[in-house]
Amino acid sequence: MTTAPVISAARHTAAIRSENVCRHYRMGETVIRAVDGVSLEVQPGEFVALLGSSGSGKSSMLNLIAGLDRPTSGSVVVQDRDLAKMSREELAKYRLHVVGMVFQSFNLIASMTLAENVELPLRFAEVERISRETRAREALERVGLRARTNHRPSELSGGEQQRAALARALINRPQLLLADEPTGNLDSHTGAEIMDLVREFNQQLGMTVVMVTHERALAERYAQRMIFLADGKLVDDRPNRPTSGAAEVRP
Amino acid sequence: MKLPDLTELALRNLRESLLRNSLTTLGISVGVASLVAMLSLGSGLQQLFTRRLAKSGLFDTVIVSSRRELRGMGREEERNGPTPGESRVLDEGARQEIERLPNVLEAYPDIRFATELRFDDKPHLTMVSALPQSAKSNDAFESMQGSFFSSDGAAEVVLQKSFAEELLGKTPPLGAPEPNVADLAKPLLGKELTMRYAQRESSPSQPAPLRPTEDAPADQSVAGAAYSVVSREQKLTIVGVSDLDPESMRGPMRAKVFLPLKLAENLHVMQPTDLREIARAGNDQPVYSSISVRVKNPNQVQAIEDAIKKLGFTTFSILDASRSLQQVFRVLYAFLGIFGSLALTVASIGIVNTLVMAILERRREIGIMKAIGASDADVKKLFFAEAGAMGILGGIVGVVLGWAIGQVINFGTNIYLKSQSIPPEHFWAVPLWLAAFAILFAFIVSLISGLYPAGRAARLDPVQALRYE
Repeated sequence: MTTAPVISAARHTAAIRSENVCRHYRMGETVIRAVDGVSLEVQPGEFVALLGSSGSGKSSMLNLIAGLDRPTSGSVVVQDRDLAKMSREELAKYRLHVVGMVFQSFNLIASMTLAENVELPLRFAEVERISRETRAREALERVGLRARTNHRPSELSGGEQQRAALARALINRPQLLLADEPTGNLDSHTGAEIMDLVREFNQQLGMTVVMVTHERALAERYAQRMIFLADGKLVDDRPNRPTSGAAEVRP
Repeated sequence: MKLPDLTELALRNLRESLLRNSLTTLGISVGVASLVAMLSLGSGLQQLFTRRLAKSGLFDTVIVSSRRELRGMGREEERNGPTPGESRVLDEGARQEIERLPNVLEAYPDIRFATELRFDDKPHLTMVSALPQSAKSNDAFESMQGSFFSSDGAAEVVLQKSFAEELLGKTPPLGAPEPNVADLAKPLLGKELTMRYAQRESSPSQPAPLRPTEDAPADQSVAGAAYSVVSREQKLTIVGVSDLDPESMRGPMRAKVFLPLKLAENLHVMQPTDLREIARAGNDQPVYSSISVRVKNPNQVQAIEDAIKKLGFTTFSILDASRSLQQVFRVLYAFLGIFGSLALTVASIGIVNTLVMAILERRREIGIMKAIGASDADVKKLFFAEAGAMGILGGIVGVVLGWAIGQVINFGTNIYLKSQSIPPEHFWAVPLWLAAFAILFAFIVSLISGLYPAGRAARLDPVQALRYE
C-alpha cells in the first residue's frame, strides 16, 4: 500500500511509537516548543487519551501522529513506518489508508451531501463508483444516519454531523482512529453517544484510538490509558480502567 | 483521483460560487469571441478576395509573351537566356504547342488594337480586344446588362460602362455620382456601331529582295513575308454593357470594347507585332504579341508558367501579384490575432484572480481534503480541472458569441451595401478549424492561468488550513 520505510520487522510492533519527538515553531525571534521531546508507545487496539490544558501540545502531537505535520526532530513510527522519512505523497497515502480522523468542528464539506462527504476518501483512493456508494451507505448506516444520506451538513445537528464525520473516518477501514476533541462542540448527551460509537469502533473493529481532550472525565470514562502533556512535555502516562456503560458525561 | 470524479467535483465547485465563476467564464467568452471575431473577419475577407479574384478569371490565367517584345528587359531570366533576337516567335504554332500542355484549358491570342468606332456619325477612338466564349463566366460579364456574344463569330460587341458613357456623352465629371449602368444600356442595346480598322491582307509571295551572301548555306530559304494593309469597315451590334472593368490590371492597354475572338481573327486586323515580324525571315503564320492561357486549376498556374518558360517565352500571372497579397493577409491575421488575444489575456488574469480567491475561501476545505487523504496532486488537479472547465465553457460560449457578432455585423453591412445597390457579400466566416482552435486555445490559456493557483493550493499546509475559519 505504501512504500514507507520499514524500521524493523523483528522488533515487537507497536501501533504508534514516538521517540524524543519535537515540534518547534519559529515566530519571529521566539521559538515555540509545541511538542518538546515526547516519547510514547501505543499498542494495537489500545484506546489512549491525550490530556492537557490548551497549549499543552496535545493537538500538535496528534497532528504529528496523523502525518499532517512533520517533527522538527525525533521520530514518529506508526506500524513500522517512520513518518518523518516519508515524502508528501507517501504521507497523503498514509492518511488515506492508515488513519481516520475526527475533529472538534466536524470538518464536513458544506457543499456536499453526507453521502458525498463520506465517500470522498474513496474518491481519492480511486475506488469504483458502485462500490463507493455501497460502502458509504453501510458506513452511514453504522452510525445511524441512514435516513440522512442526501442531506447537507448544515441541515443536521452537531451530533449528526459528528457521526457523519465518524462514518467518513471509518470508510477506508483504517487501523488508527485519531480524534481531536470529538465532543468539544456537543452537549454532554450527544457527546456520550459519539464516544460510545468511538468505543464501539475500538472494541468491535479493533481500531487503535488516540483521542485528544481536555475533559478528564471523558478520558476516565472511555480511555484505557491517559497521557498528560504540559508545555509540550509528557508529564504523566497512566493506565485507566474505563467505566463501562454509557452514562452521561459531565464536563 | 480519476478524471470523471475530478470533472464532477470541479463542476460542483464551480456551481457553488455560481455568480463569480459565471462572470469569470463570461470574461473568457468575451476574450474568445473577440479572437474569433477578429480572425473570422480576416478569414472572411481573405475568402472574399480569393472568390472575387477567382471569378475574375485572373487567378487561372497566364499571359504569355515573346521575349521579342523587348518589354521587361533586365529580368534575370532574360539576362541569362538567349537574346530577344534569338528568341522564339509567339506564332500560331507556339499557341498550339502551349494549348497541348497538360492542364491547359485553352490558349487564345490576345488581339488588341486601338481603332475608331463610329456611333451616330461621331468618331470615338478606343482600345478594342477580342474575347473567347469562355469569358462569359467572367465576373464582369455575369452581372452585365444585355447578353454575351451569341456566337464566337457574331458581329457583336460588348461595351465597358465608361465607353457607353462616352458614346452617350454622359461621362460624369470627377467626383460626381456614377450613372446607373442599366440606364446607360437601355438606349444602346441593339444599336449598331461601325468599326474602322486596318486589315492585313496577304500578298502573293515575292522573291527575296536580299541575295544570299557567300557564306550562307545555299539551301537556306530567306524568303520574306509580304502583305498589304487595307482600311476596312465592319458593322457591329451592341449586345451588352458591363459595369465592371475586366481588364483593370492591364492599365493603359485596357480595352473598353470587346469583340468575339473568331470574328477578330477573321478580320485580320493589323497588329503592332506584324510590323516588327515582317522584317524577320520565316513563315507567314500569324504572330501574336501575347497569348492568354487558361489553366484548369489555380494551383497549377506555377507549373504551367514554368513549362511555358521552358518553351522560351515570358509569362506573367496574377499569382505573382497574389503572393504579396497572401503576405498582406498573413500580416493582417497576425495583427487581428494579437488584438483578439489581448482580451483573452485579460480574461486569463480573471481566472487567476477567481482561483486565488477560491483558494482563500476554500482553504479549510483543502485542509479537510488533505487530512482525509488527498495528495498534493489531487488538490492541484482539482484546481486545474476547475480552470480547464471554465476555459472550455468560456471557449464554447465565446465561439458562439463571436459567430453571432459576425452575423450581426455581416447583416448590418449588407443592409448598407444594399442601400448603395451593391450586391450583398459574405465576408465573415468562422471555419471549423477556427472554432476548434479557439476552444483549445481558451482551454490551454485557462490551464496556464490555473498553474499558479493550483500549485499554491497544493502546497497549503493542512494544519494551517484546518485552523483557518
